[in-house]
Amino acid sequence: MFLAGWGEFWTEFRESKSGLLGAGLTLAFILASLLAPVISPQNPYDLTQLFLQNSNLAPKWIPGMFMLGSDGQGRDLYSAILYGLRVSLYVGLASTVLSAVFGTLVGVLAGYMRGKTDALIMRIADIQLSFPAILIALVIMSLWGQGLFKIIIAISVVNWVFYARTARGSTLAEREKDYVDAARAAGVASGAIMLREILPNIVAPIIVIGTVRVANSIILESTLSFLGLGVPITEPSLGSLIYEGYQVLFSGFWWSSVLPGLGLMGVVLGINLLGDRLRDVLNPRLKR
Amino acid sequence: MLGYLIRRILQSIVVLLCVSVVVFAIMYLSGDPVEMLLPPEATQKQVEELRIHLGLDKPFHVQYLTFLHKALQGDLGKSFIFNQPAISLIVERIPATMELAVCAIFLAVVIGLPAGMYAAVRPNSWLAKSIMSGSLLGISLPVFWLGIILVLIFSVILGWLPSSGRGETGLFLGMRLGFLTIDGLKHLILPALTIAVFQLALIVRLVRAGMQEVLLQDFVKFLKAKGLSENRVVYVHALKNILIPVVTIIGLQLGNIIAFAVVTESIFAWPGMGKLVIDSIHALDRPVVLSYLLIISLMFVFLNFLVDVVYTFLDPRIRLK
Repeated sequence: MFLAGWGEFWTEFRESKSGLLGAGLTLAFILASLLAPVISPQNPYDLTQLFLQNSNLAPKWIPGMFMLGSDGQGRDLYSAILYGLRVSLYVGLASTVLSAVFGTLVGVLAGYMRGKTDALIMRIADIQLSFPAILIALVIMSLWGQGLFKIIIAISVVNWVFYARTARGSTLAEREKDYVDAARAAGVASGAIMLREILPNIVAPIIVIGTVRVANSIILESTLSFLGLGVPITEPSLGSLIYEGYQVLFSGFWWSSVLPGLGLMGVVLGINLLGDRLRDVLNPRLKR
Repeated sequence: MLGYLIRRILQSIVVLLCVSVVVFAIMYLSGDPVEMLLPPEATQKQVEELRIHLGLDKPFHVQYLTFLHKALQGDLGKSFIFNQPAISLIVERIPATMELAVCAIFLAVVIGLPAGMYAAVRPNSWLAKSIMSGSLLGISLPVFWLGIILVLIFSVILGWLPSSGRGETGLFLGMRLGFLTIDGLKHLILPALTIAVFQLALIVRLVRAGMQEVLLQDFVKFLKAKGLSENRVVYVHALKNILIPVVTIIGLQLGNIIAFAVVTESIFAWPGMGKLVIDSIHALDRPVVLSYLLIISLMFVFLNFLVDVVYTFLDPRIRLK
């Protein structure tokens, strides 16, 4: 159902300029992070390429080494931003996939089974939702310490609730429809009905939530990394770069905190615009 | 109404108990603070003595029950670092955080409410369009980066405003508050603004969406047909109808702001609860982190409770469900 409507979807999607801008920005940032090893002038992880006499150079604004200046360790800032973007996007996407899969399965289960299963799952979700995301992630990270895998898990724990609620709502509506009755009458097992019949029909709202949550996850990751409770210093994300830059802000080296921040803002804005547009196009209630 | 209140209070207590178990379990699993507290050359005997002294040698459920028993008497242990009762460390920092949160939400509402209403009433004007683009930018800006930009502009480049600390404070109702002195106010502006921008963007978007829906309703057409001026219809009658979601969001966001203060307070070295808890996490100061989480959970449960109750007063239909 989803692939068949692709042409129609695209025709409608491209009507909005801001949606196209969002898609373009998102695509550009993903490409840049994938191609980071090819297009960056320096490998920022390779300590043999760093020289202290190059530290805190101001941006030159001409393509090449130190076009965006360098940080306190003599690292080319442009390269560091590309690699940081890679880490940020990786954490954002990985945690989104993880929480979407888990949350959706749990949500479908709750909606299909109803009764006690539903009550228990939704109670947990309600309690979790009454506390802000940053607090939950903070608790987990303070327990485990820094780490790439750890922060992916922490952000997934924060986000599963959103998918679970959406999936449950959609499943409650779907389970009353004739095709589900038909499958049940034909003797299809509950598990198969949930996965093969209901799941494909509730993908659209999950995708919409997913896009918005990617942006949120990236911000959450960078915030935690800024506080020193996120990714390890050996693999700095945009948030860690901003933190390092903030340490030298008062010496007048503004670029090493401002420029990574611009990158972070660009990627979040792009994804938010894309998410807004996807919501409008995929939301059946707004269909003309 | 009384039955509803009692049910709601019992619910809150259950939530708090769950939170206390989870928080305690997390702290229990998060490693041994003893190694942090003693110098590296400490003998095994000293380590054991300290563990027994702190009660860390007992099994989990015993430690939890001891903790709960003491917590109910307001004793959440002593900070390992400051050697003071953890709860008083947190409590004495609450006014600083609350001052920041209240100023931020005040700014957000005072600017956001009229801006959102304007954007709904004149959706095609250039001002409305810039308000909406600005709000999208506002929710995409990472809070900590915005703080840095404000510091860069107003402290580093212009040198108008201080970038760290609280400055001079005055005494008001037994609390030390910054907005009573000029110096305190100057210190308050940047951190409050940093927090306010996101909330402002959120309120603008919420008010605009709510207003647009209300303006399509029949009672608005009726009031206009009755001959009321457009301003009166919009700013009196329609406004009343969007106040419920606005009150809710303010209540819920207040909690979020207090939690997010960890970020803002770290940037501006603001001596509130948030900075204390980040420092304590890094120093593995278990009692302080634990007390912070419990106090903030208490605040959250209370705020949620308050919002629910205010809701039923504003809209009696909800009570009947």
